[in-house]
Amino acid sequence: MTKWYMQIVPFALLMIPGSLFALEPQSSYELLSEELKQMQDDDFANPGMATVDRGRELFQKPGFNGKSCASCHGDDGEKLDPERIAAYPIYDEEHGPVTLQSRINQCYAYHQEEFPLLYDADELIALETFVRHRARGEKMNVDVSGPMREHYEAGKEIFHTRIGQRDMACVHCHETYAGQRLRGQILNQAQINGFPIYRVTDGNIMSLHEKFIGCYGTLRAMPYEPGSQEYIDLEVYMSARGNGLPIETPGVRQ
Amino acid sequence: MIVSVIAKLFNFRPVLTALVGIVGFSLSGPIHGEEYVEWEAEGLAIPEPLGGLQGDPQRGKAVVIDRDRGNCLACHLMPIPEEPMHGTVAPPLNGVGSRLSEGQLRLRIVNEQRVNPNTIMPAFYKRPDKYHRPHPAYKTTVLTAQEVEDVVAYLMTLK
Ligand code: HEC
Ligand code: HEC
Ligand code: HEC
Repeated sequence: MTKWYMQIVPFALLMIPGSLFALEPQSSYELLSEELKQMQDDDFANPGMATVDRGRELFQKPGFNGKSCASCHGDDGEKLDPERIAAYPIYDEEHGPVTLQSRINQCYAYHQEEFPLLYDADELIALETFVRHRARGEKMNVDVSGPMREHYEAGKEIFHTRIGQRDMACVHCHETYAGQRLRGQILNQAQINGFPIYRVTDGNIMSLHEKFIGCYGTLRAMPYEPGSQEYIDLEVYMSARGNGLPIETPGVRQ
Repeated sequence: MIVSVIAKLFNFRPVLTALVGIVGFSLSGPIHGEEYVEWEAEGLAIPEPLGGLQGDPQRGKAVVIDRDRGNCLACHLMPIPEEPMHGTVAPPLNGVGSRLSEGQLRLRIVNEQRVNPNTIMPAFYKRPDKYHRPHPAYKTTVLTAQEVEDVVAYLMTLK
């Protein structure tokens, strides 16, 4: 029989902290089938474009005070700066980290004098899809220095914590074993540059926080609510982790 | 609060599909209400069968394949060619019954994190309160003590 410590040797390598290896960000697009790649690339075939169009309609629809998003940001949102969009979530003295969706909701409430919508309301997802689509091709560039650091670290902690009865952490599937096969599926890095994404299997658009809830479900864990501090921190971390990847919204996924 | 979250969860149509849709791991499946049995490791093995139970290799094989139970094939290549799509995340388990002793196998199934704290492999039988934020429907060990013993018995046949 081998000595007990001999059994540990093969694992010693595995225990080197993952942070020693810098992760080279890779878009999940790279792992799509040719068919799905073509679908995503072709605006006429990409079913997510229907949500972009719905977002555009909402963008041009007058709010309670008669103003529409378009009144301030241009008919097709052309006055919005793609570089700024790619920098979300941003840090704001008053609200802390602000995701793009929260920013849109703020405009909706303050500038159109409407009641703010619930996080991940259909309208907000459509508006976010439209706005992000405006910045397609722009490289994600989220600044996590200064007071944002704390939220980045909190998100990173969540990413590295085992959750649920399935007892795994995001980092296991999406970093340690990214590129390997889990059953039939090649594990991606969970980069979020394609969100909101169109899911072919359920024929619907899916927001980032809905995807988080889905992953919590898969792991048989208790999810947080969309727009919760935990998911916002996770979004901050995962956005910065993918800095440099081009925005692909609306991404198409299986 | 918990109720509202669940209610909310089920309002999200895409989310529901996502729960079911992901490769290998589904949310459905039986939940057991079995009492947790304490176990003790000696070095990197658990020499005694959980609850003194006797394992059955045939049942063990079924647990290994079942996506709601062991789902070992999600990560491991195993000599079960009739099942499609084995994972490449983990080392093949062919011949593991001659590489490791029964007690060593038991610890690995019960809690591989004792061997390698960073492992992706879930602990199939750690104290239920040691799982972090389990969904209320899943506040138990993954496998029952009997199922653990069945899987050990099955792995012992892989010579
Ligand atoms: C009354 C004018 C007004 C209306 C109406 C308005 N916004 Fe804004 N919006 C602004 C201002 C002002 C800013 C802040 C720009 C800055 O910080 O430089 C802003 C910022 C934004 C940003 C962030 C861009 C950035 O540069 O940080 C987005 C995205 C945005 N608005 C989307 C919308 C959407 C979508 C709507 C409709 C639901 C909307 N806005 C309605 C005035 C408006
Ligand atoms: C057991 C492995 C596993 C774990 C653990 C896991 N995921 Fe995933 N995740 C997957 C698989 C497989 C996919 C692709 C299939 C799908 O989207 O349904 C995926 C997809 C994703 C995507 C979409 C990426 C894209 O471009 O489509 C995101 C975002 C994501 N996961 C986030 C997370 C987060 C956050 C966690 C931790 C809370 C997590 N995942 C934990 C397996 C896992
Ligand atoms: C999520 C992936 C995953 C699942 C599911 C999984 N394992 Fe593992 N398992 C691993 C990995 C990775 C290793 C390699 C060692 C490590 O990471 O600690 C391993 C190691 C082992 C070992 C030690 C192998 C050796 O040669 O030393 C055994 C035995 C084992 N697993 C059995 C099982 C059984 C039985 C099941 C199902 C009840 C199972 N595993 C489910 C990932 C998994």
